[in-house]
Amino acid sequence: MTTAFRRVLDQITTIRGVRGALFIAGEDGLVVADSVMEDIKPNAVAALAGSLVRRVRRGAESAGVGTPNFVHLQGATGTICAVPAQAGMLVVVLAEPEVNVGLLRLAMRKAAEVTG
Amino acid sequence: MSDIGGGGQRVVEPWVAAPLSKFVGEAGARLTLIMNPSGQVLAQHGFTRAVDVMAAAALGAAIVASTAEIARLLDEPRFNALNHQGSRHGIFVGGFDSPRGRLLGLVVYGSNSSMGLVQLFFEEFARDLVAACPAPETRRPVLAEDFERELNQSLATLFRT
Repeated sequence: MTTAFRRVLDQITTIRGVRGALFIAGEDGLVVADSVMEDIKPNAVAALAGSLVRRVRRGAESAGVGTPNFVHLQGATGTICAVPAQAGMLVVVLAEPEVNVGLLRLAMRKAAEVTG
Repeated sequence: MSDIGGGGQRVVEPWVAAPLSKFVGEAGARLTLIMNPSGQVLAQHGFTRAVDVMAAAALGAAIVASTAEIARLLDEPRFNALNHQGSRHGIFVGGFDSPRGRLLGLVVYGSNSSMGLVQLFFEEFARDLVAACPAPETRRPVLAEDFERELNQSLATLFRT
């Protein structure tokens, strides 16, 4: 199964500007599978992205807008995107600021379906 | 431990204070104990009662001793960390080597944190503690009459108001 996950993540990383893609266990903040550049620490990304998404979800639910199906955090030097997948997993992507977010979102949703 | 996470921070050794505060803030830990493998406590965060500290330290040290024996059976040098995941709380127990010998951290976290976050920041915490740790003092033999006095002094430090 991890090989299948890796294959899907490798497809995401072919999108221009993507620096890494991961499947993480959302509640635990642990890496399930990853395909990231050498300078990226997957454990740190998983822990922090998991925490970010949990907080965003709580905020969204408190605000009455339901569970987020796409989280996009745009920073000065990069972008983090997350999409919920099956079994409490998340697809998380780190990318350059100029990445095509629409294309990335489609690829991430497709990746999330693989976990079903 | 009904008043979980309600207490403040107490340290027996002052060099532990700053790294502990940083770790608790970053990892979102509710309870943290730093101790040696014998269960002697160097610092605690979040506990409100001495009896809870003593129980947690003894149980944490026992968990590590038990898993060390399992590691021995598996020809593993040692397990560096272990997790127990509950429905509302998780427990993380990790160990690291310092100039004062091997130290253990027992961390209880809730829904505002995660296993990944605690693991991530515990590694940094261990590095900070090793950097802050002064050179070991010359060890003298532990006498029975000193042991109880030192234990009481440590507990008084951990819970004085």
